[in-house]
Amino acid sequence: MTGMLRVDVAIIGGGLVGTSAALSLATSGLSVALLDKGFCGAQASGVNYGGVRRQGRPPEQLPLSQRAHAIWPELAKKIGIDGEFSRSGHLKLAQSEADMAALEAYAKAVAGHGLSLELIGHNGLRERFGWISGSIVGASFCSGDGHANPRLVSAGFATAARRAGVQVFEQMPVENFTAIGGGFALETATGLSVRASQVVNCAGAWADRFAALAGEPVPLSRIYPSMIVTEPLEPLLTVNIGMEGGGIYARQVERGNCIVGGERGVALDDPDFSRPTAEGATSIMNRTAAYFPALAHAQAIRFWSGTEAAMPDRNPVLGLSATTPGLIHAFGFTGAGFQLAPGVGEVIADLVRSGDTETPIDAFSIRRFLPVANKARTEQGSSAVPSTEPQKTGVPS
Amino acid sequence: MRAAPLIVGAGPAGIRAAMTLVAAGLRPVVVDEAPACGGQIYRQPLIPDGRTPAGRYGSEAAKAMRLHTEFAELRDRIDYRPGTLVWNLALGVAHLTRDGKSDSIAHDGLILATGAMDRVLPVPGWTLPGVFSLGGAQIALKAQGAAIGRRVVFLGSGPLLYLVAWQYLKAGVNVVAVLDTAPFTAKLRLAAGLLLDPRTLLLGLRYAAELRLAGVPIRFGVEKPEINGDGRVDSIGWAEAGRVGHLACDAVAFGLGLKPEAQLAELAGCAFVFSERDRVYVPLRDRAGRSSVSGVYVAGDGAGIMGADAAEAAGERAALALIEDRGLAFDAGRARQLESALKRLSRFRDVMAAAFPFPHDWRIADDTTLCRCEEITAGEARAAIAQFGIREINRLKAVSRIGMGRCQGRLCSGAAAELLAQETGQGIDAAGRLRGQAPVKPVPLSLMDRISEVAE
Ligand SMILES: Cc1cc2nc3c(=O)[nH]c(=O)nc-3n(C[C@H](O)[C@H](O)[C@H](O)COP(=O)(O)OP(=O)(O)OC[C@H]3O[C@@H](n4cnc5c(N)ncnc54)[C@H](O)[C@@H]3O)c2cc1C
Ligand SMILES: Cc1cc2nc3c(=O)[nH]c(=O)nc-3n(C[C@H](O)[C@H](O)[C@H](O)COP(=O)(O)OP(=O)(O)OC[C@H]3O[C@@H](n4cnc5c(N)ncnc54)[C@H](O)[C@@H]3O)c2cc1C
Repeated sequence: MTGMLRVDVAIIGGGLVGTSAALSLATSGLSVALLDKGFCGAQASGVNYGGVRRQGRPPEQLPLSQRAHAIWPELAKKIGIDGEFSRSGHLKLAQSEADMAALEAYAKAVAGHGLSLELIGHNGLRERFGWISGSIVGASFCSGDGHANPRLVSAGFATAARRAGVQVFEQMPVENFTAIGGGFALETATGLSVRASQVVNCAGAWADRFAALAGEPVPLSRIYPSMIVTEPLEPLLTVNIGMEGGGIYARQVERGNCIVGGERGVALDDPDFSRPTAEGATSIMNRTAAYFPALAHAQAIRFWSGTEAAMPDRNPVLGLSATTPGLIHAFGFTGAGFQLAPGVGEVIADLVRSGDTETPIDAFSIRRFLPVANKARTEQGSSAVPSTEPQKTGVPS
Repeated sequence: MRAAPLIVGAGPAGIRAAMTLVAAGLRPVVVDEAPACGGQIYRQPLIPDGRTPAGRYGSEAAKAMRLHTEFAELRDRIDYRPGTLVWNLALGVAHLTRDGKSDSIAHDGLILATGAMDRVLPVPGWTLPGVFSLGGAQIALKAQGAAIGRRVVFLGSGPLLYLVAWQYLKAGVNVVAVLDTAPFTAKLRLAAGLLLDPRTLLLGLRYAAELRLAGVPIRFGVEKPEINGDGRVDSIGWAEAGRVGHLACDAVAFGLGLKPEAQLAELAGCAFVFSERDRVYVPLRDRAGRSSVSGVYVAGDGAGIMGADAAEAAGERAALALIEDRGLAFDAGRARQLESALKRLSRFRDVMAAAFPFPHDWRIADDTTLCRCEEITAGEARAAIAQFGIREINRLKAVSRIGMGRCQGRLCSGAAAELLAQETGQGIDAAGRLRGQAPVKPVPLSLMDRISEVAE
């Protein structure tokens, strides 16, 4: 497709971040073009584990996470489907007394954020969650968290955005953008060019390229969390399971399949795609069988992985560009952006409309990665916050 | 010391490949899921059933016996692992499972001779007990010595349709009818095959003639088949040149040709191309069977449907390529000879494809199950395509769960691609193909890992 299109906002990337921002912007009357190099929701947003959890996030993410939390139960109203969202609760397991102490410390640290965490001891676990192996020492329960179906949620947001009037262009990679006279010109691989007053860079694991184009190189790396899924089984996992210190995370979907994640996969020759290793997948399967003995004889029918952008401090980049007025960055969710995305979309819409948002996002400014010389010139230069995320291995759940 | 080459599949292609590698002084590992060698066509019975090879393999008995014997003679010179599934491939390593145990083998050179499976398109009633794939009906007879019913209807297209019907007839089963979805005029194309492979062609004609002589009705241009029954097949209905037909039966064998089992080629990273003839994506290969990945070779029906004789030739040719690529002496004259035989057989396959065409305009009714594992109907698939504006098969899977069940789309992805192509007015090639992932077949969570290295 060639030609030229003029819009208020151009969005690079049709993942959940891009589509939820697009939907929010179109609903408030702006003209929006959304461009994806492949299909909307075909990358991280559509293939992730599906954990919708606040528990375990560093405190600086919690206000944003709470904003998203309010949207999840409203999906049916917002996008026409509920995306199989279930407020099942998120149970984080401790394998040792040290793990349990870490869970207690976390509960104290986030006490003011309204997560209502409940610490459960060994006996409590045996009574309420008897299907969990007796080797687990205790757990922390967040009853307001849950899980949802990423395939449906991501496709649902894209479809709702289209219905709200967003012009969605799939299989149309953005190759370049330049700032011209108070706006931007975007060039695509197929020849279509887009003129927009503002641009949102939410190209997921590919967003570093666009940040660099704006003179803001970032230390983005790619991670490939590994997943396995079983055949459909009788109901067993009543909650979304995570583990202190990493390990595996597991949930059971409406259809009955158990999805278990953990470990990291490897990129294929085409680095946009990845695959779990056999050793990694076997380890996930064996641990699942150990923690949930009733699943020992269940069969795994498929493994998969996805491509996700990770930042060294495990916080996303979210906010205005430090170099280019009219450019907004939103990427680098480091394995935990599924839950956040609907909130991030609203924050982006705030930033487009007013240049500001009430949700605290200073910790996510791209300025934290600017060279020190540049940083000194900016007043928020010290906002980089070291991660307090207790899940050391950086697994999403 | 270099590791040994690995051959997956001990059908005609894999057996010939093994013999060729052994003749060159190599000691390949041969892995096959089946408990005994022979592959699909020359499959051996699970337990002796008193039948002679001629009774079991008919006209192909001599070939079957020869391959079985020659493979048995290799026993001490190969590392043969029957009853073992290759469930994953990574660079230079294959992951195997047998009896719930996992094992991995480092290898240098990989020949994929994984064969084919039946291709089916859903028809009303196709999930009823008593409906089998054509190949499945034949395997029941070959490996178990059992028929799928007492009064059997054979439905579909492809040479196997007549072959299996004839085999059932010879086994004393009441063959109620052969319902060929291709028009009779398509069969006139067979004349062109007479020079290319007269033996196979004449055998096929003989099967049809003997079926007729035995009074079995053969119908052409069969459309809109509908399998009926309450809890089990009791009859089949169809349309034919404006008329309708109906017959009572207790089993239906149904197939529309074959499709390659190419998951391992995908896990090996091989590039795929769309094959017009097979209507699916097949691994890209050169005339010798080299895939796009160095050290990985594809041979036999797993690389594109060509039949058993071609599988033998392709297995040998691929092995010669491996030998050449390993820097060992190989017989270039023999390689050329095999290539020209394969070329001729490929032209014969073109003729067969014209004589037994795939029913392009087949419309799957909305209430017919499309994905059997996940119980998704064609209507639900159409609704998902419309609701989410889907044009590509992996997206269709994402929003509808088609191909997400136990079989991971092995059974239904062809039909789903046909339906998606119809709904969006694009070619089936544009619908794409489902991305493959391990495991090739389900594996237990308690799978234990045990690492072993195999060296020459
Ligand atoms: C396997 C896996 C499991 C996960 N589990 C969880 C979980 O349980 N809970 C949780 O909260 N988070 C989880 N995450 C993280 C979460 O999925 C991501 O953080 C989130 O989906 C990011 O959304 P996004 O829109 O930024 O990225 P994406 O969904 O990756 O979207 C980016 C889009 O940009 C497009 N794009 C790239 N380059 C271009 C270009 N040049 N032009 C146009 N478009 C372009 C891509 O095609 C893509 O569609 C997981 C991630 C993975 C991979
Ligand atoms: C059910 C069926 C019946 C058939 N009957 C006939 C017939 O009667 N006449 C005829 O001319 N043609 C028949 N065919 C066509 C048949 O494909 C070819 O004639 C011939 O068998 C092809 O030889 P091959 O060596 O390529 O593959 P095959 O003979 O199919 O051998 C492939 C072997 O690979 C093994 N294998 C595949 N994947 C794996 C894995 N992941 N791990 C371990 N082992 C694996 C299989 O167990 C199999 O033994 C039939 C096909 C099918 C599917």
